[in-house]
Amino acid sequence: MLNTTVDLAKVPALRFERSAGYWETVLRRFARDRLAIFAALIILALLGLALFGGWFAPVDPYATSMMKRLKPIGFAGHPLGTDELGRDMLTRLMVGTRLSLFMGITPVVLAFVSGSVLGVLAGYAGGAVNTVIMRTVDVFYAFPSVLLAIALSGALGAGITNSLISLTIVFIPPIARVAESVTTQVRSRDFVEAARASGAGALTIVRVHVLGNVLSPIFVYATSLIAVSMILASGLSFLGLGVRPPEPEWGLMLNTLRTAIYVQPWVAALPGAMIFITSIAFNLLSDGLRNAMDIKS
Amino acid sequence: MTAPNPPVLLEVQGLVKHFPLQRDPLGRGGGVVRAVDGVSFQVRQGETLGVVGESGCGKSTTARLLMHLIDPTAGAVVFDGLAVGGRDLGLKDFRRQVQMVFQDSYASLNPRLTIEDSIAFAPQVHGVPKREAIERARDLLARVGLQPTRFAERYPHELSGGQRQRVNIARALALQPRLILLDEAVSALDKSVEAQVLNLLLDLKDAFDLTYVFISHDLNVVRYMSDRVMVMYLGQVVEIGDSETLFEAPLHPYTRALLSSVPAMDPDHRTERPALTGDPPNPINPPSGCRFHTRCPHAEAVCAQRMPTLGVRHSSRTVACLMHEPGSGHSGAPALEAVA
Amino acid sequence: MSGAADTTTFVDIRNLNVTFTGGRKPVQAVSGVDLRVRRGEVVALIGESGSGKSVTLRSILRLHNERRTTITGRIQVGEHDVLGLSGTQLADFRGKVGSMIFQEPLLALDPVYSVGAQIVESIRRHEQVSPAEARRRALALFERVRIPSPERRLAAYPHEMSGGMRQRAMIALALACRPQLLLADEPTTALDATVQIQILLLLRELQREFGLSVIFVTHDIGAAVEVADRIAVMYAGRIVEEGPVATLIRAPRHPYTMALLRSRAHGALAKTADGKRPRLETIAGAPPDLAALPLGCAFAERCGLAIAACRQSRPPVVMLSAQHAARCLRTDTTAA
Repeated sequence: MLNTTVDLAKVPALRFERSAGYWETVLRRFARDRLAIFAALIILALLGLALFGGWFAPVDPYATSMMKRLKPIGFAGHPLGTDELGRDMLTRLMVGTRLSLFMGITPVVLAFVSGSVLGVLAGYAGGAVNTVIMRTVDVFYAFPSVLLAIALSGALGAGITNSLISLTIVFIPPIARVAESVTTQVRSRDFVEAARASGAGALTIVRVHVLGNVLSPIFVYATSLIAVSMILASGLSFLGLGVRPPEPEWGLMLNTLRTAIYVQPWVAALPGAMIFITSIAFNLLSDGLRNAMDIKS
Repeated sequence: MTAPNPPVLLEVQGLVKHFPLQRDPLGRGGGVVRAVDGVSFQVRQGETLGVVGESGCGKSTTARLLMHLIDPTAGAVVFDGLAVGGRDLGLKDFRRQVQMVFQDSYASLNPRLTIEDSIAFAPQVHGVPKREAIERARDLLARVGLQPTRFAERYPHELSGGQRQRVNIARALALQPRLILLDEAVSALDKSVEAQVLNLLLDLKDAFDLTYVFISHDLNVVRYMSDRVMVMYLGQVVEIGDSETLFEAPLHPYTRALLSSVPAMDPDHRTERPALTGDPPNPINPPSGCRFHTRCPHAEAVCAQRMPTLGVRHSSRTVACLMHEPGSGHSGAPALEAVA
Repeated sequence: MSGAADTTTFVDIRNLNVTFTGGRKPVQAVSGVDLRVRRGEVVALIGESGSGKSVTLRSILRLHNERRTTITGRIQVGEHDVLGLSGTQLADFRGKVGSMIFQEPLLALDPVYSVGAQIVESIRRHEQVSPAEARRRALALFERVRIPSPERRLAAYPHEMSGGMRQRAMIALALACRPQLLLADEPTTALDATVQIQILLLLRELQREFGLSVIFVTHDIGAAVEVADRIAVMYAGRIVEEGPVATLIRAPRHPYTMALLRSRAHGALAKTADGKRPRLETIAGAPPDLAALPLGCAFAERCGLAIAACRQSRPPVVMLSAQHAARCLRTDTTAA
């Protein structure tokens, strides 16, 4: 026998062939979709505004000036004009990004979590559990979202927290329905049966097999709800049920600038334009995500 | 092959599964699908029991009942002498010993898990630490003829049908089971790939001392693979027996019709008449008495009234047919023997 | 088998090449296929998945997406040059001259119309008949394909019928306008054994009665033997052997055909001396990637008889007899 010792460090480790994981593939496909990238950039810019807008704002968003009320776009010192209290529109639009996005995204995130739990539970358990959960959800789903939001906000009272709560409740039913539908489909597939046949418990199966296949479609659907949430939140603020003055929030700004339509229509339309741009961006993003995730083998 | 009288590994007693149909709001519909209606048989240690039958015969439902993926309406499954789901043999324990390979190789694998993760899942469920489970998974991949370095970290959609089915077999072996149910496991594969997988199954059976229940609609394959064969029709067993004997000299009229429906491989002696006309019937309203009597060339009046029982006839053949049941009233039946 | 088979060639396919250009790389699904079918003759196209048999069949009716498919060669059916037909001419051709039955009737039949309505629509598309006359013909067809209670079944929807009955309905639909060519794409693969044999016999009967030319695609050699006069074996988009059914089954000469026949469980049923079954013979390896076909014979890398010349260029057609041909350089060694 040779008396050599093997230097393990020099033995090449076995290389396992691996292919791109699921998310890598999704990212790559997404990167090829120009429209989706464009939308993503817009959203990134908006997020940047939301986070850092306060530092880059030219002036104080709360500083009023009775002299400079409702000045038009291009006015000296106020590139986008001023509102009905003389505050700088550009600053308020920038700073308002934070609250507007917050009101748009937070309810959807909360609804995503709670709606998914309800939907996956209903979908996986089936039977009586499914009936109880889904019929309860249906009751809420039957109300038009705007009415429901208004009714809940009215009942809870005005204010940011309350409108967040009411918006979350508005979005739980549609997400739960999608979650239940997708879970039911996945549950009947052979690999879930095979997992049951290996003796795994329900929680393990849901965690390992169901969630991974179910969360993506729900997530894509949820991103399409962000735009709706923003508009609803703006609507609530518009009606006085959401954000209260003098906080800058696009919906609230639309409200207070209402009468200014006759005097300075372009300025009055600006908050609406921001809502419009943001909604479209989120819709395009969710479309792009959906296309990227639709990997046919 | 197998020892002369191997012990019974799995026994099924009077298994029944009825699926209720929902009534629509107008009260129409309703009724019951008698998918499995009184099935009893045994699977002996080390053998391959083939199960054949056409649509509606209940073989897939029986397989799922055996695996306890669905609960029976009545009847019992006994594994190694212990009642499954009872005090002595919990479901999780049972599942460790009996595994299944499904027909659709793609749907049987979680598209989001790598191959080795899919195989390692079951052992981890039963307490095997992850590292060891992955090791076992790679070892099994090699055993089923798939190089671990090439396949372990791939995803199901990158493999061919035959390769995926090998993965499913590896997955079934991961728990070191004693019995494997193969539900049309090779039916969706090309013939040449099917041959490879069948050879693999035979090798594994010897290597791991397995017992197989092999469900298939391909009679030639069943004949090749099985030691004994069970024929099902409309939720019931009509004949069971040694594979060669059953194929050479089928007793039950349905078995005869089924076997003669296999295309002749002889261009000079083609099939001239089909053995059976019409489609396999629906298990919702099965015929009275013997379920096959509506299509049987030997049916008589008594066949519509009496249900035949599955029993040993002519001292060695097991069949459920009034023609072979002593004293049944059928003109072809042997006379009842006087019991001393 | 098909009675007095006319010796006139009815379908003449020459040098058919079908390339799919939809993906990243072009896929050569069919390469240089020559096939002739006489009037009243049944030819079975046998092969495994990826062999190009279904693609060939569908090309005859030009069912492929024109934008993503490149078809060259010549397909002559009777007096029609299929590849040169315009849109309207093609629509006239389909159903009237050549029609097709598919593997899964549930997918091929329109789920929102009754089967009777679909047959009537097809008849009236191609012929000037009144609805009543069309309906009468549909009823006659249903009786001809042995659907029980045909009158009632005309009003049934596809999902209301059993598998075997749906397949019969599809056959009735295909024959509604009395085509001269019937293309069958794995019509019995999804059926139970007892139903399959009934459908195969029905097809044989109808073929004899109407003098149809039939091209029958299947991976089941047994089914092919039951209906075909001739068999053509395809591999990787090419026809590798072609001949009368008896010759091909009993004395194949192409290594792939021989290996295919040997790997069937049917052949391995005889037990060896020690009472065990012999192992099934398998063909090592896998079919080639159709996007990267090798230069020479596509089967060479899996063939036990391959020599260097096999890999250099595509083997020419060797006429082993007047009716029997194979694309192989090694046919001298494969003689029985």
